[in-house]
Amino acid sequence: MTAPAPVAVRMTGISKSFGGIRALDNVDFEVHAGEVHALLGGNGAGKSTILKVLNGVHVPDEGKIFVGGEPLATHTPEASRAAGIAMNFQEMSLIPTLTVAQNIFLTREARDARGMIDDADSIRRAQALFDMLQVQVDPKALVGDLGAGQKQLTEIAKAISQKARVLILDEPSTALSVSDVDRLFTFLRQLKSEGVAIIYVSHRMDEIARIADRATILRDGRHVITAPLADLPIDVMIEHIVGKRSKGLADVARGDVVRGEVLLELSGVTGPHKPENVSFALHRGEVLGLAGLLGSGRSALARVIAGVEPAVAGDIRIKGQKVAIRRPADAIAHHIALVPEARATQGIIPAHSVADNMVMSVIGRISARGIVDRAQVRAVADAMIQRLSIKTASRDHAVSTLSGGNQQKVVIGKWLATEPEILILDEPTAGIDIGSKSEIIRLVRDLAQSGKAVIVISSELSELLTACDRILVMADGRAHQMLDRADLDDPANTDPEHALQAAERRLQIEIQNALSIKEANHG
Amino acid sequence: MAKPATAPVGAFFANWRQNIIYIGFAVIFVVFALTLNDKGFLNPNNLLNIVRQTAMIAVMAVAMTFVLSAGEIDLSVGAVAGLATVTVAMAISVAGPLGGILAGLATGLAVGMFNGWLTTKIGIPSFLTTLAMMGIAKGVAMWISDTAAVPILSPAYSWVFGGGSVGPIPVLLFWMAVLGGIGHVALRRSGFGRRVLATGGGETAARYSGIDTAAIKFRVLVLSSCAASLAGMLYAGRLQSGRFQLGEGDELSVIAAAVLGGTSLFGGKGTVIGTIVGALMIGLINNALILMGLEFSQQLIARGGIIILAVALSQKKG
Repeated sequence: MTAPAPVAVRMTGISKSFGGIRALDNVDFEVHAGEVHALLGGNGAGKSTILKVLNGVHVPDEGKIFVGGEPLATHTPEASRAAGIAMNFQEMSLIPTLTVAQNIFLTREARDARGMIDDADSIRRAQALFDMLQVQVDPKALVGDLGAGQKQLTEIAKAISQKARVLILDEPSTALSVSDVDRLFTFLRQLKSEGVAIIYVSHRMDEIARIADRATILRDGRHVITAPLADLPIDVMIEHIVGKRSKGLADVARGDVVRGEVLLELSGVTGPHKPENVSFALHRGEVLGLAGLLGSGRSALARVIAGVEPAVAGDIRIKGQKVAIRRPADAIAHHIALVPEARATQGIIPAHSVADNMVMSVIGRISARGIVDRAQVRAVADAMIQRLSIKTASRDHAVSTLSGGNQQKVVIGKWLATEPEILILDEPTAGIDIGSKSEIIRLVRDLAQSGKAVIVISSELSELLTACDRILVMADGRAHQMLDRADLDDPANTDPEHALQAAERRLQIEIQNALSIKEANHG
Repeated sequence: MAKPATAPVGAFFANWRQNIIYIGFAVIFVVFALTLNDKGFLNPNNLLNIVRQTAMIAVMAVAMTFVLSAGEIDLSVGAVAGLATVTVAMAISVAGPLGGILAGLATGLAVGMFNGWLTTKIGIPSFLTTLAMMGIAKGVAMWISDTAAVPILSPAYSWVFGGGSVGPIPVLLFWMAVLGGIGHVALRRSGFGRRVLATGGGETAARYSGIDTAAIKFRVLVLSSCAASLAGMLYAGRLQSGRFQLGEGDELSVIAAAVLGGTSLFGGKGTVIGTIVGALMIGLINNALILMGLEFSQQLIARGGIIILAVALSQKKG
């Protein structure tokens, strides 16, 4: 390091609460001009909150922001943009019906002499941007026709086109190919040499190690450490990210599994996009976890098994019988149930009552001559409310009046009503308070113990470790490694809370390893 | 990127679904020209009549293109046009032609701002706002006119708004061409048009990009009502009177013209030229069905069938 670089962004004592929950607690954050600064932390650490504060989307409760030495007086997206801050929004800021070039320069189009929009100029400038990034995106293509990677490049180009002094890239590479990431990095280094400050958010430690100069780690809304990357080897980073936080999960007993016969067997299963060539066997009475980052193919695998996106190759066997799962009804007929990821859109009808939601997938069974038997509706709903201890004023209340955790239980109840033998839960605890989380994990354990086979997908590793007997690590659509939960424990470590963290670190390292193997294969 | 000179022609046919309206218009025109020639279809007078009958629909449909592109809808245009014929005619009788024009525009402005306010500030979907406004506008028109026709005794007004012609060319054609031209440039090339398309294409994304989407929706609804009142002024001028029945049911033809032309009912996609051709095509079909000597009941069925066919062909599959 030569002379200290000027400070591009200084945020001091930033606090922000949402409805009594402190998302940021007195956080300091400083980024120099001409550096790539990684912002790291687990889910709920406060990364996106602090970026939204910097970006003007959220107004901080306390604290000050200086950009290029000047205090930011107002907190609006316009003020932040005027101060020279640009950010790629993960998926929100592109309009599918406009072209790539029209999206990049939306509201900032060049005008001709008559004040009319000059689209040819936008196309030229967009092409220049993509040339600079050395990537292939057609500026004249409609955004709605693009694949995920090209959309992401368009988002990045949109942020870059603002010629910002501070460029925030939030998970810019989740849908990019390895070579596109390389080219993005080359370009970022060039921006860096021009004095632009870059804040880079990613869950991929290998990327951070390649591109970042310094890193700041947040945990539970607090600042943990800011240090040059040289002082932060991957295991140290992970240790800071995981920390000593207790998630209230450590007290969920896993109990002894009684593994029964093989219920579900996949061999060489390949989906329309992902997954690729996945094989495993799932036994009665066990919980299998799917671990991996966004885009690793976990949810795609769940959709293949549930018939939403039928497999294009490979065999699926249930109790040894080869079955064809072409659509969700086939899966349901084979007693497979998928509790989907997006609860509000795929799981429940919020305005309908708890009872109506609960019987949605068994309407045929509880109807006679086309008329729904209301006594049976009440019976099914009451049984589930009791079995899952759902907290609702009554079975006739709208699901939207329930808390997130109880809504999720309604979705689970809805699928349990179909009497599945194989239950797949995709991010079952997303957006749910910690108390309900451990309740749902306990429920998963109970279901397995009662003889069902369960697959759980979760981005929260502590949850996977608490719920699962085995964990399949996935990356880039492929199954990377099958881990036995017990092998992740350190036999020397007996303190249950500490043991969970140690296991979380090991699993985290395995997930990162899976990524680097993918790189090696591609490179 | 150098492309061969024939590329635009090739692209036109490669995107034939998008351009079905132009192909369809040409095909239908040729078919009618061949089959109905002996009945005077190609007679210049008949063709100009089609323009006269289509102009009001076209004027309203230009504005409707903006409304649909912004992801909204305006069902009140027909009733507002009827109301405007009455207010214009009444104002002319007391304050002369200029007063009439001002009254007509004020009618559109007032209704549009009310529609926009209800939709963007109170949060009632425009479908419901304008459905209710359809009834209110018709009721007001019946009430203030006592359900009677109000005559317009100003030849100058009638000449400019719909009745006149320059040589053989009806003034209505100028109205249609001028407003269509302005609308086309505004949607394609102006900042306002781009913001309209962005709002309808993805409202959240548009807001993140710094577009005041509520203001855009407000403005397209005002625009639509003003266009409807102008259409009413043209009806009044052409028929030299104001009556509440004028424009009744036009909202369906207006929406059909825009959708036939390639404007999406779900927002984000719109073309004014397509809309004008869509309006002309509806006029063409109406005219030909009459020349064929079909009864009104048969006309309704045939028209519905042709519209369904055209829209079905323009849908992307899957």
